[in-house]
Amino acid sequence: MIRFDQVTKRWPDGTLAVDDVSLTAPTGQITVLVGPSGCGKTTLLRMVNRMVEPTSGDVYIDGQAVSNQSPAALRRGIGYVIQHAGLFPHRTVIDNVGTVPRLLGWDRRRIRDRSMELLERVGLGAELADRYPAQLSGGQQQRVGVARALAADPPVMLMDEPFSAVDPVVRGQLQEEFRRLQADLGTTIVFVTHDIDEAINLGHQVAVLRVGGQLAQVADPAYLLAHPVDDTVAAFLGRDRGYRALGFVASPRLPLRSEEVLLVGESVAEDASGWRLVVDEERRPLGWVEGGRVSGVVQIADLDLGGTLAPVDGSLRAALDAALSAPSGRGVIVDDEGILLGTVRAGEVLDAIAAAERPERGNA
Amino acid sequence: MDWLAQSYGQVLDLTWRHLILAGLPLLIGLAVALPLGYAAHRWRAAYAPLVTISGLLYTIPSLALFILMPLFIGTRILDPVNVVVAMTVYTVALLVRTVADGLDSVPEDVERAATAMGLGRIRTLLTVELPLAIPVIAAGLRVAAVSNVSIVSVASLIGVAQLGDLLTDGYNRVIMPELVTGIMACILLALALDSLILVLARMLTPWRRAREVVSA
Repeated sequence: MIRFDQVTKRWPDGTLAVDDVSLTAPTGQITVLVGPSGCGKTTLLRMVNRMVEPTSGDVYIDGQAVSNQSPAALRRGIGYVIQHAGLFPHRTVIDNVGTVPRLLGWDRRRIRDRSMELLERVGLGAELADRYPAQLSGGQQQRVGVARALAADPPVMLMDEPFSAVDPVVRGQLQEEFRRLQADLGTTIVFVTHDIDEAINLGHQVAVLRVGGQLAQVADPAYLLAHPVDDTVAAFLGRDRGYRALGFVASPRLPLRSEEVLLVGESVAEDASGWRLVVDEERRPLGWVEGGRVSGVVQIADLDLGGTLAPVDGSLRAALDAALSAPSGRGVIVDDEGILLGTVRAGEVLDAIAAAERPERGNA
Repeated sequence: MDWLAQSYGQVLDLTWRHLILAGLPLLIGLAVALPLGYAAHRWRAAYAPLVTISGLLYTIPSLALFILMPLFIGTRILDPVNVVVAMTVYTVALLVRTVADGLDSVPEDVERAATAMGLGRIRTLLTVELPLAIPVIAAGLRVAAVSNVSIVSVASLIGVAQLGDLLTDGYNRVIMPELVTGIMACILLALALDSLILVLARMLTPWRRAREVVSA
């Protein structure tokens, strides 16, 4: 557990970067610090490993004040990932990953084994081990950055906009993998971003800061979306707040309708009209086909692939999106294996939304 | 060609002396410029005075410096040490800025990552900043090497033997082959030192060549 106890940072020129913030980052969870630029989120983060010393107040890790610990020893026990990864350009990938274990005096064999294990863990092939950072893509560099931070198995990790310099597709992948990795390892993480969607997506707990370094609100994402504490927080959370909040509401049992399906390779009946769902041999949905438009044997090329699939135990947002995006207006619901269970209409999802309980509690 | 055949041994001897008088100050000058350059890099307020003052040293005429040296360090007027120290002053003059700029060229996020992982200041300097500054420092060293080879010739005027002797003697006695040999030997020596530094820098920075390999 990391506890910020009434920390304030005033720069020598008099600017107030962090203004009397008290905040707890629970063990094994991701706490996201989010806010516009100039809100002091990075300054707050750097207080944890003493790269910034608070003007007043202190930070405690598992009850120990960081100000009582030597900066170098403290930092070797805290993983740190930054934007652009900050890899050492003159060291190979594997030497970058082994940086902290080398400082800790591990023997060479153990460092190498641990580094190779971590590369695999972050989804990088062993053939990249002897490359230099300049030979990697931005996404690969960022993965090496995460592996390097994890090398000595630190209980605490600090991440400063780690994914904001990569393109959106890669960012999505990295976020997904990072979430799984964190759940596996149970590392306590403080994560800084200016991107509210990333904060909502990754945080178990989200702390919104405002310009001037004040803490505006701390809550779990669902509660935050449902109950922003004031107008500035609401404005920062942005548009479609109500719709995005549905992402945190588990879908109740929806009234599924059975769907007449076509097997891929079957022919569409001559007199068919309306949309038919096409599935493969195992009843996995492939796409929609419009009767009358297509005749003869259904080809993959004839399919409308626009509709999204919603998992049966997913959120109301996924169910509604499936219904709205399907050309037939019928949202496709699948089980864990991706096998068709039935379809649902937008109106039925809306009824379920009206009946669902909205998050009222959850303030962390 | 007859002249060169007869004076072969003398030319080699003078080349060797020239190399020592120009090369040794490169090493000593680099050793002096490293802490000064680091200070200029680390303390912003020190940058302007250090770089300006060291740069001004380069404007002192070499003959004056050679002659005045005994006054400062108490040597005899014909002592080659005068030349070595004077050339070291020129080397430092060129390298302080180079070292500071080289260290400045290290990306800020790399330095920050080093700090955040618990590398101390000395370790960061030796294992991260200096290696990454090698290309810039090597470029400055090459300029200093060529400049030293050229300036050392003037030492003939104070009686310290090196390739400059071929120039003064060849000129005074109008021996054309001696004059040409002196010029060629200086150029070759400068090229050799320059190439040596270039090759050393390339060997010390394998990561820079790796960039040329296209990533898969």
